[in-house]
Amino acid sequence: MNRVKILLFATLRDYVGSKTIELEISAGTTIHGLTDLLAAKYPRLEKVRDSMMAAINREYAADEAVVPDGAEIAFFPPVSGG
Amino acid sequence: MLPELSREEILRYSRHLLVPEIGLDGQRKLKGSSALIIGTGGLGSPAALYLAAAGVGHIGLVDYDAVEESNLQRQILHGTGAVGRRKVASARARLRDLNPAVHVDTFDEPFTSANAMRIAEPFDIIVDGSDNFPTRYLTNDLCVLTGKPNVYGAVFRFDGQASVFDARIGPCYRCLFPEPPPPGLVPSCADAGVLGILPGTIGTIQATEAIKLLLGIGSSLAGRLLLYNALDMSFEYVKLKKNPGCKVCGPHPEVTALIDYNEFCGVPGLEHDEGSAGKDWDITARELAAQLKSGKPIRLLDVREPHELAISHLEGAQNIPLGELAARLSELDSAQEIVLFCKTGSRSRRALELLVSAGFRKVRNLKGGINAWAKDVDTRLPVY
Repeated sequence: MNRVKILLFATLRDYVGSKTIELEISAGTTIHGLTDLLAAKYPRLEKVRDSMMAAINREYAADEAVVPDGAEIAFFPPVSGG
Repeated sequence: MLPELSREEILRYSRHLLVPEIGLDGQRKLKGSSALIIGTGGLGSPAALYLAAAGVGHIGLVDYDAVEESNLQRQILHGTGAVGRRKVASARARLRDLNPAVHVDTFDEPFTSANAMRIAEPFDIIVDGSDNFPTRYLTNDLCVLTGKPNVYGAVFRFDGQASVFDARIGPCYRCLFPEPPPPGLVPSCADAGVLGILPGTIGTIQATEAIKLLLGIGSSLAGRLLLYNALDMSFEYVKLKKNPGCKVCGPHPEVTALIDYNEFCGVPGLEHDEGSAGKDWDITARELAAQLKSGKPIRLLDVREPHELAISHLEGAQNIPLGELAARLSELDSAQEIVLFCKTGSRSRRALELLVSAGFRKVRNLKGGINAWAKDVDTRLPVY
């Protein structure tokens, strides 16, 4: 199992009810897989999952990117206010 | 040839001339440069003020709104006396007072695919201070297609984002967000609220980036996204990459001219009334008041957030916030007549769509929300 820290921004904080989450995930989990886990745990993420973006250790990460052990994952949504 | 500075300008910009990275030549560069600011709202206000104060010689402002009282908490270009005036007229007057040496062009028209190329043509850089996704995608594509840097900023409550999208050297907005979010999913400032200072912080960062780009100094936010949170006072940076599959700046672009961005984002155009669900589904505040008075059994369903009830509420209304509605349908009786409302009618319109798709038929949307009720029925209630 790998331990990761997840940072959430903007609306995602409301959907999850917290700004950080620590999670144990199996080795080889991708961003896509991690999003599945989160959406199952926090159903309000289901609707936004396709439009939110992820970064692994502060670097933009595609859906298929594998999450390394000890990584810090940031999820952020598009926001439009001005 | 860089323009010369007058004696007055040399005195005015003295503190810039003293900075070695700017100096006399840098200040002349600023005088010879131009920036177009999309929107004169929360982000556009500080951006326009600082760019004008800094002596950017030619500033363009696009906005198609009038100043409203609820703008003043954050849109510091506009004063109380400007309420009701066109925003660009109010902004132009303020900038003229701030720095008469700056030439300001105003565009009191909706920024669309039809006029964007014409409006943007004379400007070196574009500052995106818009407040909606269609304009953000339009601004991005315009910048990619014309090879201009897009100084991006966006805000939500306590969260801000900023970057410089310059497709010639790095990723564009579409590389980051290829598809717009489903319509209605990301709340606007009008629905969700925003800390007034937040767009000030982000708009000031945009102005900083614009000045750096025009001067050619420092390291810009190109290739990086700033994620700012005011509650945590945290600044996080995410390294961005050009997306090889990007539909506008990738090697095989599908978007080679400006498109219909309202359609792309799945949102209705300007002619659409934001707080309306269409005439078959709407009920006006006056109609609702008459029906309630006649004793008609109507369930009032308030889909606002609980803290909004302290501002104004309707007696006897049940509160289920829009975000919880899907999970709490069992609390509603589909046989009963239901009137949905929120602040202005836009959230309740989405709530209505949700209920209708769940099989509810006797549902209507209070057109214009509780604010319309406060204007037309019970004037003791505040409008917010």
